[in-house]
Amino acid sequence: MKNKNKRTRMIVYTILTLLAVVWVLPIIWIVLTSFRSEGGMFVDYFIPHHFTLDNYKMLFTNSTYPFGRWFMNTLIVAVVSATLSTFITVVMAYSLSRLKFRWRGRFLQGALVLNMFPGFMSMIAIYYILKAIGLTQSLVALILVYVAGAALGFYVQKGFFDTIPISLDESAMLDGATKWDIFRTITLPLSKPIIVYTTLMAFTGPWMDFIFARVIMGDNIQNYTVAIGLYTMMTRESANSLFMAFAAGSVLIAVPIIILFIALQRFFVEGMTSGAVKG
Amino acid sequence: MQTQKLSVREALKVGDWRMKLSAIIMGTSQLLHGQILKGLWFLAVEISFFTWFFARGIKSLQSLITLGTHKQGFVFDKKLGINVLHQGDNSMLLLLFGVATILVVVIFFYQYWVNLKSARKLQELDLYHKSIPTLKEDLSALLDSKLHILLMSVPVAGVVAFTILPLIYMISIAFTNYDHNHLPPKNLFSWVGFENLGNVLGGDVASTFFPLLGWTIVWAIMATVTSFLFGVLLAMLINAKGIKGKKVYRTLFILTMAVPQFITLLIMNNLLNDSGMVNTMLMNWHVISHPLPFLTDGTWAKVTVIIVNMWIGIPATMLVTTGILQNLNQDQIEAAEIDGANKFQIFRDLTFPQILFVMAPSLIQQFIGNINNFNVIFLLTGGGPMNSDYYNAGDTDLLVTWLYKLTIDAADYNLASVIGILIFTLSAVFSLFAYKRVNKMNNLG
Repeated sequence: MKNKNKRTRMIVYTILTLLAVVWVLPIIWIVLTSFRSEGGMFVDYFIPHHFTLDNYKMLFTNSTYPFGRWFMNTLIVAVVSATLSTFITVVMAYSLSRLKFRWRGRFLQGALVLNMFPGFMSMIAIYYILKAIGLTQSLVALILVYVAGAALGFYVQKGFFDTIPISLDESAMLDGATKWDIFRTITLPLSKPIIVYTTLMAFTGPWMDFIFARVIMGDNIQNYTVAIGLYTMMTRESANSLFMAFAAGSVLIAVPIIILFIALQRFFVEGMTSGAVKG
Repeated sequence: MQTQKLSVREALKVGDWRMKLSAIIMGTSQLLHGQILKGLWFLAVEISFFTWFFARGIKSLQSLITLGTHKQGFVFDKKLGINVLHQGDNSMLLLLFGVATILVVVIFFYQYWVNLKSARKLQELDLYHKSIPTLKEDLSALLDSKLHILLMSVPVAGVVAFTILPLIYMISIAFTNYDHNHLPPKNLFSWVGFENLGNVLGGDVASTFFPLLGWTIVWAIMATVTSFLFGVLLAMLINAKGIKGKKVYRTLFILTMAVPQFITLLIMNNLLNDSGMVNTMLMNWHVISHPLPFLTDGTWAKVTVIIVNMWIGIPATMLVTTGILQNLNQDQIEAAEIDGANKFQIFRDLTFPQILFVMAPSLIQQFIGNINNFNVIFLLTGGGPMNSDYYNAGDTDLLVTWLYKLTIDAADYNLASVIGILIFTLSAVFSLFAYKRVNKMNNLG
């Protein structure tokens, strides 16, 4: 019996390790490629023959692909839009979970319907609306689009608020607290996990989105975010020679996000599970 | 005292002249009742609306019907004696402004209704000799009984401007001939009714639409089911009794979720390329003599995208399942063990149904998400390999990537818009059906 258990455990370890290798290998490959000094897009070996830091240096010294600037752009967009988006999402989720008003049910249905249209179906129209108010190709436009999108992405957060016992609100109301007091002093302090989750999601969004950003920024390379920047590096004829620089750029974006994910793993799991449980 | 609530219509009938005048001049009732700021607001709304409406609005609505009558071109200028470029109308902007005008009119009527309702309230307060709320009281109501108005106004305005307006505009496009032959500002486009819909469902684009629809559904089912099943399996393995280093394994898999998809997918594209590392290594080891067409053969590519999608989707399911597993009812499982159930039976009859039960709503969402899964297809295969039987699409193109190509590459906005509406219909019908089933299940359980 004991031996059999040991054997199964060994099998499980082997499978898990194999799978972990499959999952981690491509990521290790990017990291190794970012230090590779020879070859181009396609090589037939895993470990580089010569290591160098030139790929990283190139990102910050050339003027055609101003990676440093892209990085700052993305950081600004990410910080501002994460702050505003979190506020908007939480406020919407709270209103729709806790405040009873006449159009609440219809609003929820309407939001569900709106969310079912493919997001970038309206991309072109958004571009012209931004153009009409003279904002295209600017970071403000990008922030505006991300933040406006946050107003309809409240389902996970609403699910979370739904689980906070309503008796807490009621007893505070008996003590004469207004709804605003309740939101500020009771609900918000209890919502730390979901606020962290929302902020994390909103913060990582701009580092990953390249569709909207590409349409809005057009050819204004100076205002690119890292995602479109790196993506354009790979679509030009220069893709082959720039591949290692692309890998280096990828590492530079991925590292901060990975650190954030691992540091905030608990909140991330909690957010995803509360979304899954409540739907 | 029993207060009877008056409807707006009744209030207009039985109300005093202040109420009646409010129906013509907004804000009168509020002003005459001493709610100066509120009254001035309504008055300002009315004045600015009508000024704008007569100056711009009417023309804008007229243009919405014609979508422009003057084509861009050279017009002979008698004074100068030469041909001068005449800018002409831009159908696209006319349509956009027309839709915006309708929205503004709707918003105005909403304000008008709010004005009447507020006047009705004043009328009612008069009737029962109650005091009129002061500005201060109105403002403090915003923090309490009307908190939702304070909190939601700005976000909802954003939704109207950046979701609803563009959406109505794009839906309208589906009924025009805005394609590569009718591109503003050079050319005008006009209303064509249901012609595009007919073209997609039964015309010459149908031979592209239906195969892509079929593949989109197959893809959505396969992508959702594989990620779910293997994600659950992975979670079971990691959380199995006696396995050490659970946290390390979990972190390794989460790592892949933190790397932006466009990076991992472009890397996968590179590795699986005909001259990519996987193929060249296999060839160097003499396992194969020709590169495997992971991305260049239609059938291969379809399998490849599903497998690569597992690489992306499994960690997320694993993470959620782990959360569920940790909250499972252990008593039940122990009882089953005592009764002699083996591990597979426990999984099949106890653990798995519970996981499925909890995850059903998120599975529905994932399925919808996969119908619209742009990233995986676009970055991995770009929809390719191109299929010459299709109009502007390749073998692995989903409807949503086809939509993108129709807009960006082919400039057939009308077709793209019809596809968008059809994708919406597909998602809506499916989720309506699925949520009903899930609710039934929940009620029974």
